[in-house]
Amino acid sequence: MTDLIERPSVVEPGVPDVGAPDGHHGDDVHEHHGPTGILKWLTSTDHKVIGVNYIVTSTVMMLIGGLFAEIIRAQLVSPTSTLVSFSQYNELFTMHGSVMIYLFAGPFAFAGLANYLVPLQVGAPDMAFPRLNALSYWLYLTGSITMLLGFFTAGGAANFGWVGYAPLSNAVNSPGSGADLWIGALMLTGFSAIFSGVNLVATIFYLRAPGMTMFRMPIFTWNMLVVGILILLAFPVLTSGLIMLYCDRHFGTHIFTVNGGGVPLLWQHIFWFWGHPEVYILALPFFGMVTEVIPVFSKKPLFGYKGMIFATLTIAALSLGVWAHHMFTTGAVLLPFFSIMSLLIAVPTGIKIFNWIGTMWGGELYFSTSMLFAIGFVITFLLGGLTGIYLASPPLDFLTHDTYFVVAHFHSVVMALVLGAMAGIYFWVPKIFGKMLNEPLGKLQFWLAFIGTQIFTLPMYVVGLHGMPRRTAVYPNNPSWQTLNIWVSIGALMIGISMLVFVVNVIYSWRNPVIAGNNPWDAHGLEWYTTSPPPHHNFTSLPPIRSERPTWDFNHPEHPALAHGEHTAVVTAPSEEATNGKVEA
Amino acid sequence: MLKQESLILLGLGVFFGLMGIVYWMWGHEDGGGVMLLGSFLLGMLPGFYYLWWYRRTGGNRPEDREDATIQEGAGVVDSFPSTSIWPFVLGLGCFSMVLALVFGAWFAVPAIGLLVAAFVGVTAESRRGGDV
Repeated sequence: MTDLIERPSVVEPGVPDVGAPDGHHGDDVHEHHGPTGILKWLTSTDHKVIGVNYIVTSTVMMLIGGLFAEIIRAQLVSPTSTLVSFSQYNELFTMHGSVMIYLFAGPFAFAGLANYLVPLQVGAPDMAFPRLNALSYWLYLTGSITMLLGFFTAGGAANFGWVGYAPLSNAVNSPGSGADLWIGALMLTGFSAIFSGVNLVATIFYLRAPGMTMFRMPIFTWNMLVVGILILLAFPVLTSGLIMLYCDRHFGTHIFTVNGGGVPLLWQHIFWFWGHPEVYILALPFFGMVTEVIPVFSKKPLFGYKGMIFATLTIAALSLGVWAHHMFTTGAVLLPFFSIMSLLIAVPTGIKIFNWIGTMWGGELYFSTSMLFAIGFVITFLLGGLTGIYLASPPLDFLTHDTYFVVAHFHSVVMALVLGAMAGIYFWVPKIFGKMLNEPLGKLQFWLAFIGTQIFTLPMYVVGLHGMPRRTAVYPNNPSWQTLNIWVSIGALMIGISMLVFVVNVIYSWRNPVIAGNNPWDAHGLEWYTTSPPPHHNFTSLPPIRSERPTWDFNHPEHPALAHGEHTAVVTAPSEEATNGKVEA
Repeated sequence: MLKQESLILLGLGVFFGLMGIVYWMWGHEDGGGVMLLGSFLLGMLPGFYYLWWYRRTGGNRPEDREDATIQEGAGVVDSFPSTSIWPFVLGLGCFSMVLALVFGAWFAVPAIGLLVAAFVGVTAESRRGGDV
């Protein structure tokens, strides 16, 4: 079943509508009468339905991965704990990392929120390839099931760490179907990611609304374009590496085994050639979310719009030249090259941090839950980023490699991303579901998550510097590490409780709906112009697009549009549009 | 006009190319050199394609002009599928194929059935629907 999709031709005449309880831009002429219930879920190619599917599925994955983390932290409370066996512990940390990286962080951002928001932000009726988009989701869902199936096999789930290093991951050292399921799951989710990348790039290149030039796109959309390109560069490398690994395990090839003339280190090159861009594939969407949130709650346009874009592009360019900083201690990589490239990434990242601060500087700050999470993101990410600069220096990395210092570094980063995800969720849930999330519960969640994150990561840095190695289930010879580990576990527990508060908030807000209206935050982007939730194919009308803040310009004709740089666009007042029936530029 | 789009891709491609040359000349490591060569091509090929398209069409799309009005983009965008069961069937087929890789070849039987059904289905659906 197909629809001929038309773009709206006129601006909806009417009063600017900011936070109107049930504001509705005109009649929903494109109301869609498709299948409902389970059949809607199975057959929909609407980017909004697929986006919500992704968001819900990946949030469930986050809760599953979080449960694994809580078990790991419970085990580490005592130096000689026997809560889980050594092999179960190996499975748990492998699956915690795998679920969080492959099944939560990436899919939530570049396939969940991006799927929902990018077409709305550029004024498109859908993603460019709706059926491919649906296929992406099904590959992701089946890939997730495939990975978790490992727990139900005789040998248990994969247990060689989320990086699957050769030769540990070969058929001799890791026999059994758990490892194969892990490989298969990554192939499915890898193709899912590639298809999402294709869709993002094509949508942004070809389906923008008139006047939505590249340098008027919201930063979130810009970041998703760069993420799409990075996905296309990085994921095929991982997928081909997985095929090689599978061939080594089952077809007698010796690509990663020494005894047949292969090179085990090649796996690390391939894995991290995907793995480090992947870090930015994970991070850039959350940078984008925070960049949308901070200006709105500072009542200012973004400080340094173009600087932000060039910083993102620079991060993308550099991210492909830093992979072997994960391999400094192998003694077989070009230390100065990778050290210089890794240190350089601090420059564009620093630009972003200063731009976020510059946006808040002198602004009219409003500390909604979303804004609190965004500020929490900036602080936590700064901690993770700064310790990353230490690790980019080979001598320091030799000292701390494979200790909890590294674990703390990337948990600061990824917990920052979780805080950024929450900023995005509190910001856009009113648009997606038309209902507000409860603010007091949200603030309780924020403080638990933010303080919990610091209690969780900071002692981990210290215990790492004391020499505690990662991936160890017991530490009987070093009982002095116990106190710090108890603090880490308390932090992890607080983060876990904050997630329960979030679940309670979702249920509470669902049961006691507060209708959001089109634009509850007086926000800037095109997605806030349409109804909440948007109609089928998104827009029944579009405002003139004369800056990177079209909805703000439309709702605030008293403020001349702040198109960056030399030109100032003209905004037509809504009353004139009503009389003319069209928009003059 | 696709000019900025092509410049982004070409710029990334050139950077990866230069980085690849430096890396290979300095370190003589083949794996990374080949992957950077691939990245260079992934920047240059679509980049030049878009540039060629821009040159050929003279490129003046409403979405690339700062003064374009909403009316200029009005009208039919394209024929979009509103619902389709085939992506789900195709996904199930891929899932079964992966299970065949893990648990045994017999899983490939339903996998091939599902994949063929999905390819035929989605092709037929596209041909019926696209009358723009």
